[in-house]
Amino acid sequence: MLREARFRDDKEFSGCSIFGMMNVRGERFNGEPVITAIANMKERSNGLGGGFAAYGIYPQYAELYCFHMMYDHQGAKEETEEFFRSRFEVEGAEVIPIRECEGVDDPPLLWRYFLRPRENLVCSEEDTDDFVVQAVMHVNVKIEGAFVFSSGKNMGVFKGVGFPEDIGRFFRLEEYEGYTWVAHGRFPTNTQGWWGGAHPFNILDWSVVHNGEISSYGINRRYLEMFGYICTLHTDTEVIAYGVDLLLRRHGLSIRDMARIFAAPLWTEIDRMPPREREVHTALRQTYGSLLLNGPFSVIISNRHQMIGLTDRIRLRPLVAGRNGDFMYISSEEAPIHLVDDTLRETWIPQGGEPIVAELRKAAEEPEEAGAQVITIPATDRA
Amino acid sequence: MKSYLLPQFLVDRDDYRCIRCEVCVRQCAFDVHWYDGEEDAVFADESKCVGCLRCVTLCPTNALVVRHNPTQHPPNANWTKEVLQNIYKQAETGGVLLTGMGCDKPYPIYWDRIVLDASQVTNPSIDPLREPMELRTYLGAKPDALKIGGKEGKLSLETRITPQLKLETPIMFSAISYGAISYNACESLARAAAEAGTYYNTGEGGLHRNLYKYGDHTICQVASGRFGVHADYLEVAAALEIKIGQGAKPGIGGHLPGEKVSAEISRTRMIPKGTDALSPAPHHDIYSIEDLAQLIYALKEATHWEKPVSVKIAAVHNSAAIASGMVRAGADIIALDGIRGGTGAAPTMIRDNVGIPIELALAAVDDRLRQEGIRNRASIVVAGGIRSSADVVKAIALGADAVYIGTAALVALGCHVCQKCYTGKCNWGIATQDPYLSKRLNPEVGARRLVNLLNAWSHEIMEMLGGMGINAIESLRGNRLRLRGVGLTQEELDILGIKHAGA
Repeated sequence: MLREARFRDDKEFSGCSIFGMMNVRGERFNGEPVITAIANMKERSNGLGGGFAAYGIYPQYAELYCFHMMYDHQGAKEETEEFFRSRFEVEGAEVIPIRECEGVDDPPLLWRYFLRPRENLVCSEEDTDDFVVQAVMHVNVKIEGAFVFSSGKNMGVFKGVGFPEDIGRFFRLEEYEGYTWVAHGRFPTNTQGWWGGAHPFNILDWSVVHNGEISSYGINRRYLEMFGYICTLHTDTEVIAYGVDLLLRRHGLSIRDMARIFAAPLWTEIDRMPPREREVHTALRQTYGSLLLNGPFSVIISNRHQMIGLTDRIRLRPLVAGRNGDFMYISSEEAPIHLVDDTLRETWIPQGGEPIVAELRKAAEEPEEAGAQVITIPATDRA
Repeated sequence: MKSYLLPQFLVDRDDYRCIRCEVCVRQCAFDVHWYDGEEDAVFADESKCVGCLRCVTLCPTNALVVRHNPTQHPPNANWTKEVLQNIYKQAETGGVLLTGMGCDKPYPIYWDRIVLDASQVTNPSIDPLREPMELRTYLGAKPDALKIGGKEGKLSLETRITPQLKLETPIMFSAISYGAISYNACESLARAAAEAGTYYNTGEGGLHRNLYKYGDHTICQVASGRFGVHADYLEVAAALEIKIGQGAKPGIGGHLPGEKVSAEISRTRMIPKGTDALSPAPHHDIYSIEDLAQLIYALKEATHWEKPVSVKIAAVHNSAAIASGMVRAGADIIALDGIRGGTGAAPTMIRDNVGIPIELALAAVDDRLRQEGIRNRASIVVAGGIRSSADVVKAIALGADAVYIGTAALVALGCHVCQKCYTGKCNWGIATQDPYLSKRLNPEVGARRLVNLLNAWSHEIMEMLGGMGINAIESLRGNRLRLRGVGLTQEELDILGIKHAGA
């Protein structure tokens, strides 16, 4: 089925479950608890999509960009691999291991590649990231039947059509160990089964799982197009992923600032702020108004250092956070957190627009990150 | 010479209802009605009636009906009544046909072929009576990116934001000059803009000293005639607007006849009393885009870089390319005026045949600026035929930051769109300098009517936004997915950047 033919609507509409779990010391654990947790929210999904993002799963290739790919047919694979060879040193290429699993039918060809951009094609690290983004855009837009699940380092996205727990078993996630896991179960109302349309969405390190419908999608997308992001999937989750990339990586804003853009405080709140803060908030809304995510959403945005939970400014979708020692949890519902961690005592519900940020305290493979603080924002400390 | 013109309107008077109070006689500046004492009856010279309905509205016994003259010319699709009457008129006068207000020809009104979206099930609609709904809009150039320094709790903005206009509702009053309209009409607009947290525009006629106190809500125009442009005028404004063109008469200058140049207008415009005020068709210091850039920067420099500068053009075929040049020339706001935009006076043939509908120009300009990655560097304000809050919502969803309303504002003040503004005899006290007529418009009442209109439209905009599940106007701006076309061709849909309903 052609990608264009699949998405006749402006965007997808879906209700969903989201769950994220992070060990802030960077200690790795397998996918089992995350599968258990997302399965506990079964009625939030309908078997038309489930997926996982896992960070820290490929320590032996930590310096290489790992592309998780899906192909509709062999021709797409050949064309993509030829493209990869023209741009990258292909250090590894293998089938993603799967097992037969009831409820997961007609999988596409699933491959992963460990890639190093050709040195003569890029200059600096920033260039490298842009280079990889362009490669992702090229594959998604130009190569019929090929789609990039994920393109980050030491991480990967596993997703498909089915209930999330079945997708987890299908991809044998109990065999992987990561320090951050994010999961998603879908309840789409208008998307026919296409594996690429499941969550998480990923670009470079950034992954997004999302519950909601972004009513501002039309302008969010047009704004991002000005910066060269081509939204091929017609999903609002995709615009969140690209928005994160633009704001944090390209514009160098902080996560708090990003939250102030995606779920901006009301003008009446801004008007009551002290002058300098008011000036910053006003400028953020003036400049990035087109990236305000309007309408109901809760998201978990993650990269190799952080896991961020956020709901819309008037909190139309649920989100719960939990903490137990080194483990941070963000979930659509509270029950699954207790299900996978029965000693956990501390949970709280963030306000609309208030980000929950879990950050690696010490990342084994990121020595420069040592000493970074765990930032968590209790519900009472609202900007 | 015997005139072959037929009366445009017939005045029916119910003699049984008429109490001979002579309100109609006193109210009609066109001298249609007169009272004959001997017969104790009121008569009408219908050839003079313009159909402004002032007499009908004020008649205490509803004794009057003014209706279109039903007399038929010989049926002919080519040589219609209007065509014939125009030719008779010109054969009798040898003059250019003049008219007022906006184009009244039945070009497609795209607003009426576009429908809006609403949320159902997957996304809750929002009730604006119970939840916040934000219409605040800032006009002006926005940076590509922000740099924010400092730590949480002590943030500091390191990117300088250029001056912005803050609107509490995305509706402003269009440029209408003192001269084209009365002082009382100007004051009504100024007071309403100040009260509603928005802006009105002086047009090219300068700013009366008494209205300087509303300067924070005034956009001062600099047009080709430079009437009333001096340091104080620039200083007092909230923003400046260079008027290149106007939707009612693209490519044409203006002409305020000397009889309208009273002492006050003479002082405000800085021209001798009783002389014609002629606005050249082009600015004679702007023959190219780089000349425009010079004027923009001259105005910014003259006002210490404290005010946004808007550039207003008529919507013409290549507006998109022109707008792109204007942004690169330093314009902070692009004002686009469509073919249905109003005027105090314009040659009929120009008004009705030059320019393009604002909807298409807006879509094209917004698209072009986005394709070039410079949409953030200027706000887009559209004018020319915005008739309702639904038009405002559709304009914003197509890509406008805000709209200008001119005709709608004058209608709120009493205008009945008789299109005779150029005669200076406006019975509603709006488009006239005759003190006997202009005192009919009380600025306090006028301001109240305008504020009511803005409030009403704002409430309606909030309802439509809430229905779409959106609680801030910026999430609607350029969000064309919330629009659908009805009965439009593929080409029209492509230009508007919207899908057909059902798709």
